[in-house]
Amino acid sequence: MPKRVALPLSEKTIKDLRAGDAVVLTGVLYVARDAAHKRMVAALEEGGKLPFDIRGQTIYYMGPTPAKPGRIIGSAGPTTSGRMDAFTLPLLAAGLKGMLGKGMRSPEIKSAMKSRGAVYLAAVGGTGALLGQHIRKAEVIAYEDLGPEALLRLEVVDFPATVINDIHGGDLYQEGKARYRISR
Amino acid sequence: MREISAGAVTGTVARLFQEANFELAEDVKAALRAALEREESAEGREVITRILENAEAAAREAVPLCQDCGLAVVFLEVGQEAHIVGGDITAAVNEGVRQAYREGYLRKSAVRRPYSARENTGDNAPAVVHTEIVPGDRIKITAMPKGAGAENMTRLAMLTPARGRRGIIDFVAETVDRAGSNPCPPLIVGVGIGGTAEKTMLLSKKALLRPVGEPNSDAEAAGLEGEILETVNNLGIGPMGYGGRITALAVHAEVFPSHIGSLPVAVNLQCHCARHKSQVL
Repeated sequence: MPKRVALPLSEKTIKDLRAGDAVVLTGVLYVARDAAHKRMVAALEEGGKLPFDIRGQTIYYMGPTPAKPGRIIGSAGPTTSGRMDAFTLPLLAAGLKGMLGKGMRSPEIKSAMKSRGAVYLAAVGGTGALLGQHIRKAEVIAYEDLGPEALLRLEVVDFPATVINDIHGGDLYQEGKARYRISR
Repeated sequence: MREISAGAVTGTVARLFQEANFELAEDVKAALRAALEREESAEGREVITRILENAEAAAREAVPLCQDCGLAVVFLEVGQEAHIVGGDITAAVNEGVRQAYREGYLRKSAVRRPYSARENTGDNAPAVVHTEIVPGDRIKITAMPKGAGAENMTRLAMLTPARGRRGIIDFVAETVDRAGSNPCPPLIVGVGIGGTAEKTMLLSKKALLRPVGEPNSDAEAAGLEGEILETVNNLGIGPMGYGGRITALAVHAEVFPSHIGSLPVAVNLQCHCARHKSQVL
């Protein structure tokens, strides 16, 4: 059974999470991908404020398809997180505690997550039609001109994910691969 | 000469891109079901089960399988006896892409000036169009929405001929290993071998259009595909990189003669959400 996890993440929850844990997330996620990250980091560099209070929050790396009439959101699965590595250090420094996407993070980001007490989770890429069903509310809170890359605030219920990097140094991508690797 | 209207091209392109985004093809589903039987890792089986459930949900609700509805890649095989009337064929294709992405509520993922402003073109045009003149009086249109996650893991190597078969296997395996979880495994691995740099790149992409798991018609090339598949699946990456036996559903290699001094190899990866639809007009 997956662990039930409330968002924003508490310090205790973060401590308890282990790489490989299946979780279901309920609460608030902020959505940003490449272009929104570029703007957020530029805002921080200029000494400005972010469009939301990032302390303790979790960012979902995602750019949804447009909602059909009467729907909350369209397909809404994770994008490749590694592209956000270039923007992640200042966000961790500003208090970001969780990241949700898919794919590997750089050694630099993994080490920063450990020292800042932040976790990295993944959802199953290419299952946006299913994942969208766990989103109960979606609103654009900034950068509307970026279209599919706008900054969103989501409310999710039982959103399925897997812990990839915990704060204790666990890394599911490395451990999983090592478990099944056959060397010739 | 047989006349084919530009309007028919537009309508077909519009329909194919929507179908490709909403419906996971039967060959991919069959390969995933077979993979579910062979996968030893519980996490891997869970991932494959979710992928199959997602396909059902997407088809039922006409919601895209994946939020990355791709850059629009179009292959045109134009019969030399076919005559396009009523407009420019490239413009007709781009209009079809615009219609598909607007009417299907697909995500528009194309940006102009990619080196600077990266402004969304707003309609997912222009398409990347590959045209080939072939015998006959028909036009075959293939729509392939290609997501960035897998495409970004593409690699090309101009190997020395001395590297040979072993060099090819090692290069493909290294490419898949480095890509890890990024391209959304289980993958279909497209391999181009021979020709020039751009020829082998195109071969690696065309290889992805073959029905999943159908071997190359040449027995020796099919044997190479099998050996690469085994090597790739021994990497242990598994579905979505959580660890497991099934990193790739299939390896498809397309081969062309090369220069006496070259051994070009290209790897183009396809995520499990393998989308392409064709229609002959």
